Amino acid sequence: MTAALRAPSSPTEPSSARRRSESLLRARELGIILVLVAVFSATTAKNHAFSNTASVQQLLAGASLIALLAVGQTLVVVTRNVDLSVGSVLGLSAYIIGDVFKSHPGMPIAFGFVIGIGVGVVVGAVNGFITTVAKVPSLVVTLAMLYVVRGIDAKIVSGKQIDPTSIPRSFQAVGYDDVWGIPWLAIIVAVIVVIVGFGMRSLRAGRDLYAIGSNPDAALLAGVRSGRRVFAAFVFSGALAGLGGALFLAEFATVSATGGSGYELNVVAAVVVGGVAIFGGSGTVYGAALGAVLLNTINQALVAAKVSAFWNQAVAGALLLAAITFDRWLALRVQRRDAERGQRHAT
Amino acid sequence: MDAGLPAAAAGPPAGAPSVHPIAPVLELRNATKTFGAVRALIDGSVILYPGEAHALLGENGAGKSTLVKILAGVHLPDSGVLSIEGAAVALNGPAASRAAGISVIYQEPTLFPDLSVAENIFMGRQPLRRLRRIDRAEMVHRAAAVFTRLGVSLDPTRPARGLSVADQQIVEIAKAISFDSKVIVMDEPTAALTSVEVDRLFEVVSALRAESAAVLFISHRLEEVFALCQRVTIMRDGAFVRTAPIVDLTIDAVIRAMVGRDLDTLFPKTKTEPQAVVLAVDRLTREGVFTDVSFNVRRGEIVALAGLVGAGRSEIARAVFGIDRHDAGSVEVDGRKLPNGSPMAAMQAGVGFVPEDRRQQGLVMDMSIDHNIALASLDRLSSNGIIRRVAERRLAADWAVRLQLKFSRLRNNVATLSGGNQQKVVLAKWLARRPSLLIIDEPTRGIDVGTKAEVHRILDELVHQGIAVLMISSELPEVLGMADRILVVHEGRLAAEFSRAEADEALIMAAATGQQLDVSA
Repeated sequence: MTAALRAPSSPTEPSSARRRSESLLRARELGIILVLVAVFSATTAKNHAFSNTASVQQLLAGASLIALLAVGQTLVVVTRNVDLSVGSVLGLSAYIIGDVFKSHPGMPIAFGFVIGIGVGVVVGAVNGFITTVAKVPSLVVTLAMLYVVRGIDAKIVSGKQIDPTSIPRSFQAVGYDDVWGIPWLAIIVAVIVVIVGFGMRSLRAGRDLYAIGSNPDAALLAGVRSGRRVFAAFVFSGALAGLGGALFLAEFATVSATGGSGYELNVVAAVVVGGVAIFGGSGTVYGAALGAVLLNTINQALVAAKVSAFWNQAVAGALLLAAITFDRWLALRVQRRDAERGQRHAT
Repeated sequence: MDAGLPAAAAGPPAGAPSVHPIAPVLELRNATKTFGAVRALIDGSVILYPGEAHALLGENGAGKSTLVKILAGVHLPDSGVLSIEGAAVALNGPAASRAAGISVIYQEPTLFPDLSVAENIFMGRQPLRRLRRIDRAEMVHRAAAVFTRLGVSLDPTRPARGLSVADQQIVEIAKAISFDSKVIVMDEPTAALTSVEVDRLFEVVSALRAESAAVLFISHRLEEVFALCQRVTIMRDGAFVRTAPIVDLTIDAVIRAMVGRDLDTLFPKTKTEPQAVVLAVDRLTREGVFTDVSFNVRRGEIVALAGLVGAGRSEIARAVFGIDRHDAGSVEVDGRKLPNGSPMAAMQAGVGFVPEDRRQQGLVMDMSIDHNIALASLDRLSSNGIIRRVAERRLAADWAVRLQLKFSRLRNNVATLSGGNQQKVVLAKWLARRPSLLIIDEPTRGIDVGTKAEVHRILDELVHQGIAVLMISSELPEVLGMADRILVVHEGRLAAEFSRAEADEALIMAAATGQQLDVSA
């Protein structure tokens, strides 16, 4: 093609522009790490025990479950949906695994994980089906599912409890053992974060999720099979919540009918603090996982600083607000500058 | 512009299909489509040959969009035959349409704001490396190659958010080209473009024809159709009217075939005597956007701000109305200075503002017609803070009749109206406040010919009633046809002023592009 078109635009500098957009992306994750370091050192200064090995291990292990659920949640939120059922799914999965171990004491521990993931997949599939086929807003679907699953959980549990004696030692070891000082929990979750992070960035399926959240109509016109992708995101979020149930049981070795209650809000908070746009289209699983670590570290820091538990919640809330406000402010700034660039471009 | 094209691009002779030496690339015959009780398409037929630019014309509601959506695979026709290169196909989704070699460029660009320009172009078919990983470097490279083919410089790695409408259109065209499509459908690609950008687009179309792609071109700007296309298919009321070579047609004949009746004229502007000054703008400046802008508008005249998109026309209007703050200068309405940055004060001083983008800024799309009309007059319609529903309804009904709004029920959602009738609702909303000055940005963008003339007639009536109108338009025929005075904006400054008598297209374009005027004289 030989169309000689004269562009009225100024010459562009791809390299600097790329650096700019990528640095913007990194800014968020870097920001979280900086805040993390600041909180950590400030608390250590006040209470030296905060930085000893056991305490750091506890920090990592404690953040792992929320970080794991935040990974699944990111996939869902990026598509302009939300999954509020994850806390209930985690609780149900943990109880069912425990119950099976109790009735089949000799079962290989791998089955425990399979069962947990299976429970999550089933609930995720129901969420995904109702959201994509019946076109019910996912906020409503998964809120309802939160109660339905919790209800089923209560019915199955009916006052009983799983106690450590019925959980195989080797299964529990996943919850407390470590490799060179790093808890297994943290290792498992970190591996998942890296794999999913790679997929979200470098696989077409991952890019499809961003496309769906960024502009659903355009995604449809681009031939993206939105329904299938959103369904898969819900199944994936459910599966990770189910796996979370297995890890929960491994960590605590006991579970009642209220296991995992309220996790969903911590997870959503971690995702938002981690820079995933609540209206879809942008954000990374790395950010979401870091968000979970940050929230957990702040909670623990407040405990270490002997601040009352009441403030814990308030600080988490304030952090959430600050994160969202900062996001909007940043988005507006970028938008304004791009608009100015676009205007100069057109002139 | 056809002169420089290679012989192949001259395309098929414009005669009847039976004498065509080449087989058609796409043939749609007798397609029908019903949505509930609405028969959107009764007889959709169009035949495209390789290397031709083919115009699809018709008023809004004539069935063009439905036909386009059938070609795009968005709708399956209820009946009818679609064949591509002689083989019948059923396009049951956008992906199928694309695989069949059809690309559609929509009027409203459909981009992913969060993703990079390159990813926008290659969404769903990103080049892959080992392990089915996306090869970003290759993707950026290919996007840059397409931009080079188009002769534009656009950074493939920047996010799509913040691109100007023209650049968004470029990305859409790049997408279509990167598919190497046999058929490219352009649904009003020029609606948001300035003349310079339209020229660029025309060159792209010529280049596509040279590669023997067929271009189906939809536009309400008939001048463009005559400049660009070889054949025309005209539709009316969901049905095929005729296909003819463009050389056999005149603009009048096309309009007659589209509306099925004679249009007195598109621009029914009659002579008025301007009276007292309503709006006086003195050395208005907004840093980096426009500088030292001074002009006034009198009762009984239409003053047009012409110029390229991005020259600062809309921004001047926004600052006058107070949506944006100005850094220096003043705005006076009826001799009283308006406070800086207060649309409320401007409204109270008798200024109405019809924005460029009616869907986003002019209307509340989820609200009914009557609520939209009454929206700017609620202070007059309420007592003790409670809206009098009857008064609201009466006001809306009154204006709907005056502006000859075509609607079924006033309580229906405003989104159910055609573009032209939506624009009338925006007009009614402001006219209900009885303004002394009406600022109107792109009064007839994306509106069909019939309604366009009606909007123009309304504007003419308004100035006869002594209202002052400040109009911004990218359509030169509209500027020339409607304005009493024309102010040309170039890079944020008033470059020239012409009276109705002395203005012509060449003069305005010269001033808008910053050329010396003696060249054209």
